[in-house]
Amino acid sequence: MTEQRFSPLRLLVAAIRPIDPILFGLLAVLLGYAFGLMHSASPERIASLLVNSGVAVAAMWLAARLSPQRLLSLALPLYAGGVLLLVAVDLFGETSKGATRWLDIGITRIQPSEIMKIAMPLMLAWYFQQREGHIRLREFVVAGALLAVPVALILIQPDLGTSLLVAAAGFYVIFFAGLSWKLIVPVALVSIVGIGAIVGFGDQLCQPGVDWQVLREYQKHRVCTLLDPTQDPLGRGFHIIQSTIAIGSGGVLGKGWTEGTQTHLAFLPERHTDFIFSVLAEEFGLLGALVLLASYLLLLLRGFVIAAQAPSLATRLLAGSITMIFFTYAFVNMGMVSGILPVVGVPLPFISYGGTALVTLCLGVGILMSIQRSRVLARG
Amino acid sequence: MTEFRTPDEELGRFRRRVLVAGIVALVCFGLLAARFYYLQVVRHEYFHTRAEDNRIGLVPIVPTRGAILDRNGVTLARNFAAYTLEITPSQVADLDETIDALSEIVTIDARDRRRFRKLLEESRNFESVPIRTRLDDAEVARFVARRYRFPGVEVQARLFRDYPHGEVASHVIGYIGRINLRDQERIEERGDTANYRGSDHIGKSGLELSYEAELHGVTGVEQVEVNAGGRAVRVISRTPATTGSDLELTLDIELQKVAEAAFGGRRGALVAIDPRTGGVLALASKPTFDPNLFVDGISTADWNELNDSPDHPLLNRAIFSAYPPGSTFKPFMALAALTTGKRTANQAIADPGYFSFAGRRFMDDKVGGHGMVDLHESIVVSCNTYYYQLANDLGIEGIAGFMAPLGFGSRTGIDIPGEAEGVLPSPAWKRGRFKKPEQQRWYGGETISVGIGQGYNAYTPLQLANALATIVNGGKVFRPHVVRHVIDTASGERRAVQPEPIRQLAIKPAHLAAVRDAMVDVNKSGTGARAFAGAPYSAGGKTGTAQVYSLKGSKYVAGRVRERLRDHSWFIAYAPAENPTIALAVLVENGGFGAQSAAPIARQVIDYHLLGARLEAPADEDAGAADAEADSHAGHDEEATP
Repeated sequence: MTEQRFSPLRLLVAAIRPIDPILFGLLAVLLGYAFGLMHSASPERIASLLVNSGVAVAAMWLAARLSPQRLLSLALPLYAGGVLLLVAVDLFGETSKGATRWLDIGITRIQPSEIMKIAMPLMLAWYFQQREGHIRLREFVVAGALLAVPVALILIQPDLGTSLLVAAAGFYVIFFAGLSWKLIVPVALVSIVGIGAIVGFGDQLCQPGVDWQVLREYQKHRVCTLLDPTQDPLGRGFHIIQSTIAIGSGGVLGKGWTEGTQTHLAFLPERHTDFIFSVLAEEFGLLGALVLLASYLLLLLRGFVIAAQAPSLATRLLAGSITMIFFTYAFVNMGMVSGILPVVGVPLPFISYGGTALVTLCLGVGILMSIQRSRVLARG
Repeated sequence: MTEFRTPDEELGRFRRRVLVAGIVALVCFGLLAARFYYLQVVRHEYFHTRAEDNRIGLVPIVPTRGAILDRNGVTLARNFAAYTLEITPSQVADLDETIDALSEIVTIDARDRRRFRKLLEESRNFESVPIRTRLDDAEVARFVARRYRFPGVEVQARLFRDYPHGEVASHVIGYIGRINLRDQERIEERGDTANYRGSDHIGKSGLELSYEAELHGVTGVEQVEVNAGGRAVRVISRTPATTGSDLELTLDIELQKVAEAAFGGRRGALVAIDPRTGGVLALASKPTFDPNLFVDGISTADWNELNDSPDHPLLNRAIFSAYPPGSTFKPFMALAALTTGKRTANQAIADPGYFSFAGRRFMDDKVGGHGMVDLHESIVVSCNTYYYQLANDLGIEGIAGFMAPLGFGSRTGIDIPGEAEGVLPSPAWKRGRFKKPEQQRWYGGETISVGIGQGYNAYTPLQLANALATIVNGGKVFRPHVVRHVIDTASGERRAVQPEPIRQLAIKPAHLAAVRDAMVDVNKSGTGARAFAGAPYSAGGKTGTAQVYSLKGSKYVAGRVRERLRDHSWFIAYAPAENPTIALAVLVENGGFGAQSAAPIARQVIDYHLLGARLEAPADEDAGAADAEADSHAGHDEEATP
């Protein structure tokens, strides 16, 4: 770098250089949805949403400024620290809603499982990079172990939703690293058969007193409610029934901004967090929902393009995995709100209220930008 | 698996996988789009109607909480209806302004405001939060006339919990309080959320907590038509709530009152059990507290007073505090001697006034000793030397092995929450208790202290009462219980809480009889004789003194020791001797010698139980002082022990 004279314009250019305009534009659309919906669902939270998005965009910008190599050098400490914190949570964590997820570090409470959502793909990408050219069965076994430890620690908190997301994040790296289809296909088949069995024999399995062994009681309730929400209209089925009514009654064009009766008569539960999509579908209709789907699809497309053109193995794996994480969040959340997946407590990415998740997701966008920029630099 | 590939091949495969992932994502999003199309276009009419119907809301009907009655049907916990003034925060623009305006109509003091703030933090925005409870009719009328000025403020008729006996038996009955976030989480964990939709109180301690499921009842549902503002205009259908079950206790509230009054201002605990069933007749812990303070949310001042008091009124000493049993342990030790065959009833030892062990002298209270002492005499005069020797012969494993089945050192399983385990010392216990190897070692001298109920062992008054009940009922160990019947208020069906013998101990009736005979003579001619003088029935008993503070090398003189360091006074008793219907344990904290303060309390309780009469004269605290100086003083004779 040559010595440059101070100039506000140049400073601005330097500041926005790491920002990928396409990703940022899509993020702006999604955050626009967030503000619009929050104004309708829970106007008193607009101010703190503003703070959260400010922090999240700053996190994105910081991640985008760093080179992918710098980011990957953080993989091992982040991963090891995350695992240690998860062990600490299981030993000394604070229990809330029947699960021990929080760790009180004096100034604030942290949720180490959130760290893992970024640390896991970073770690595995870094690991495969180290073994590049020698990736055989042994490497996949090691990667599987690196994946299994934190997932198990989160699962026993118990937090099924987050453990599935972290497991998915890690699995995507392994998948992109070239895990044989011979291993992927049987697992997928078993899952499909398992889900089919639950749906087919749901009535018998959901009788009270039937112990599901691997799943906790509340998780069983979630699955059973999905199968037949009308069983318990005041209790567990309430959320799904009310949110499908909200979506369905929205029609093609919706009831209009802040005009949703479901939202405003307080029938919709958790309407600013996990169920915010129902507010969107009620007030903006099918059109609003499809525009959202399209925005997510474009985000995924951009992510895949960045992944396909990334300059190294690690950055490829990382970009592919982060993109798939965005997909998983969006699909699982909209699937559960519209009643085709069980309620597992996954937020709608970039839109649901919740600071930690927003910062994590924007860090992901920042990493994609960093990878995109490194390709540009590598070429030019 | 993977073969050697060129980087280009690697990249090609990666890109193919990205393509696969993209296709999966596209298919899934297509699925979502199809689902949206189905809900929003195909079934739009249906859901549109449902949303309109949703103006028909489901309103929970909170069930009435079950009552708690004593064994004679006297009400111990009940409900009464009262009006509350409630604010729905989300419908109010400026809370402070609204509350200020309200305070011009109804009395709202600083305490109400503080409680409101606290409840506000714990509640969700759209739930109504009470600012004032128990409005009188004039206040209701004044507010209703000005209601138009207060959108989001409403008068509600609610049921309140009332404990008519106030402080009496509050540790047994417990109390309810507003559901806080922690309770909410427990409810969610139990999968009970639907049943608590609309409930705002939950059992927090005592029977109110342990029988929460029975007392709460089943929430009903009312379908109401709501107008655009969300206010109910017409009831469409109604599934009534099921009132919670009533609890009928084995406890006799009058006996409980006698027991609590007998303590006067002293701290301590009493547990009286029917040895035939394990039913608890009285369970007192002094000092006590007024559970009514907790129902609407306790004020900070009241809470601090209860919580910071050096007397710890919130502590249930009867089931949670463990004290060394002192000489009340001797009848159980005697039974161990007979059962294991280490002693026969007639075998006598010579008591020189001390027992030598490893070069140390463990002292008896009586200077010069009791002379020739057999098992019967050892209990009647509370001879330490007999038990020093016995403990040495039994060994610590032998003692622990015999005492454990009697329930010492384990929870009895009583149906009120918060029971402590106590400590039944053994080498294994000591290894688990201490960290340093030198502390983990069990010393022979420690066994000898355990023999007279001092040293490490510590039991709750409940454990001692229940173990005594086992001795007097022929060896049946019951799970003690306070509730006798759970009464379904709808059907009137009475579900009996069955006496539950956990186990029958293999102890010979002759051995039990030998120990019981000695305990009867304790009250006739021994350490309990003074307290039971003139009783028209025959009762068995045993005094005990639990050492609080070790006065090394100096003589214990009650008057010279600060009150908090004085010994705890124990008395265990049962009556009538022929066919016992009550077995009890009394502990008076810092009460000094057992015969002095604990035995008169036992006498009053047994008198009331058997004769239905109260002793009019209150226990004279100084009555036994002279005896105490001269008589047994178990705790302070181990001058040579480390």
